[in-house]
Amino acid sequence: MSALLKVESLRVEIAARTRILTAIDEVSFEISEGEILGVVGESGAGKSVTGTAVLGLLEKPAYQAGGRILFGGQRIDTLGEDALRTLRGKEIAAVFQDPLTSLDPLMTIGDQLVETIQTHLPLKAGEALERAGQLLAEVGIPAPRERLRSYPHELSGGMRQRVVLALAFCCEPRLIIADEPTTALDVSIQAQILDLLRRMCRERGTAVMLVTHDMGVIAEATDRVAVMYAGRIVEIGPTATLLVGASHPYTRGLMASIPDMRRREVELTQIPGSMPRPDAPVSGCAFHPRCSIAEARCSVERPDDVVIGPSRVACWFAGDTSRSVAR
Amino acid sequence: MSMQDTILSVDRLTVRFDASPPLLQRLLTGAGRRAVHAVEEVDFEIGRGSTFALVGESGCGKSTIARTIAGIQPPTTGAVSFMGVDISGFRTRHAALPYRRNLQMIFQDPYASLNPRWRVGRIVAEPILTHKLMTSGAALTERIAELLSVVGLSPADARKFPHQFSGGQRQRISIARALASNPAFIVCDEPTSALDVSVQAQILNLMKKLQRELGLTYLLISHNLAVVAHMADRMGVMYLGRLVEQGDAGQILERPLHPYTRLLLDTVPDPRAPNRSRARLSGEVPSPLAPPSGCAFHPRCPLANERCSREPPQPIRVGAAWVSCHAVEEGRLPSPTRENDQRPARTGDAA
Repeated sequence: MSALLKVESLRVEIAARTRILTAIDEVSFEISEGEILGVVGESGAGKSVTGTAVLGLLEKPAYQAGGRILFGGQRIDTLGEDALRTLRGKEIAAVFQDPLTSLDPLMTIGDQLVETIQTHLPLKAGEALERAGQLLAEVGIPAPRERLRSYPHELSGGMRQRVVLALAFCCEPRLIIADEPTTALDVSIQAQILDLLRRMCRERGTAVMLVTHDMGVIAEATDRVAVMYAGRIVEIGPTATLLVGASHPYTRGLMASIPDMRRREVELTQIPGSMPRPDAPVSGCAFHPRCSIAEARCSVERPDDVVIGPSRVACWFAGDTSRSVAR
Repeated sequence: MSMQDTILSVDRLTVRFDASPPLLQRLLTGAGRRAVHAVEEVDFEIGRGSTFALVGESGCGKSTIARTIAGIQPPTTGAVSFMGVDISGFRTRHAALPYRRNLQMIFQDPYASLNPRWRVGRIVAEPILTHKLMTSGAALTERIAELLSVVGLSPADARKFPHQFSGGQRQRISIARALASNPAFIVCDEPTSALDVSVQAQILNLMKKLQRELGLTYLLISHNLAVVAHMADRMGVMYLGRLVEQGDAGQILERPLHPYTRLLLDTVPDPRAPNRSRARLSGEVPSPLAPPSGCAFHPRCPLANERCSREPPQPIRVGAAWVSCHAVEEGRLPSPTRENDQRPARTGDAA
């Protein structure tokens, strides 16, 4: 399948009071039609900034300082505000963590859906309302016709997120950027929402960029996954390969630090220290101060990407099986 | 059968919140009083030096239980007895002080639970001064330095403000503050939910180390079953204010009995088993304003029958756990229940 979204060497900087900080550096990835790419990392790793940059919603003091973003073969990072606004909502939709911030508290669910549909599609009010009802039924909302007259506060968190998904899907977008869409929800509702997202994009061939901090969500819903650390992608590859046999020491450490439901250890593997902040960048490989296999070279030279089978890893020792993360 | 050394026992605890419309509206519309059934008839005991975990989805009442035990929320009926004293009897702050010295709390959000205007040293010293365990001076400074070292921070950090620390380090400060009055018991309400996984591992390891070294007892409130599997000796599963299953954590996680526990365990995504297909928990938790009749789980339960919608199930003992389910009692559960009956109980159980 051809790549629908192509991000090449993306660089995002933040103009701080006295200097320029690098939030994202050399980030490259592709998403094909019908594919779900997970972007995972700790808070501050740059995963949300990446999503925001693709949406063209970076706000001052952050700005794109380099690289290209191509959507369906065309550059979108150089488009003007009007062209971008047409693209967003119609071709590219967004789903955020808190459904209440995406919904207007003073408008009924039906009015919001109809407004979005009519903004982007040439439909009459009656047809738009008809379509809104169908969408609510598709996202699994019971009694969809009555719900069209409800206000957001009358729905539960899970139901609100379903409405947000209906809004995202209402103009048949080709790409959805979902930033922590299930983080505010309980596990049982999370599973329902992820199922729904996966089914909708399989049926319609929609590509999804799923930003999350939760490896469980990655395991559950994604085809490929990009692991971000301190503004860079340290490893990207098929989810099944990456979760079971990660190559980057950070990914391996991250997987090992998740408690295992089936095995009770006396002590969890922990990665010492914490991720460097953009205002205190680390030389060489950003992970080296926390890495158990780092050598002198790691603190000086930044590793290039190494291709290992279907994956790409930014580590000097990637593919070197004699080294393992031990603590 | 009681535990060799019970530090906390909760007996038929019920907490309801009045959610009635205002009096005038009730008079005009004829509407009655309404109550949120937050916690209903909950019984459990926690043995000294062990970890008891409460799990369940949001709104199931686990945090209300934590608040009741911490003395923040008075029970509607029932009793909470801590080190042999009924805490619901305290009428004044003063009467509760000796009890509070032994019971501290760690909260979920390390950004909200530390006063941003206080230096770390003052934050950690507060319980010591409140309980008049020491007066300020060199000894107090030394104690603060010791507490900070115990949680993996540097004594020099006492002079800094909370905003100078990361989330994980702030949670270490919260733990140092909780330890300051030498408590026997710590209520941990979602202690790692706001943290990244690599930092979560650091905090969980620290909590376990402190438990081993200081003989602490933990009540762990969590929605994360992997964290519970790692930390808990015994656990209780809550649904809509009731404990539906409780007992040995290993047994419940390996061989869950209650249909809710089973579905909950099945719903948890497992990063080590990508894209597995699983049973789904359909529907949503009903409103605690109007809990369903009979067993509160029956509208979502695949095994529910007419009796489940009519009669609330009573807890029955299976192996090292207690479960409240008609399907288990009637043997309608497709399960290895029979073998469990013959297994000797590994730990004592709340009777």
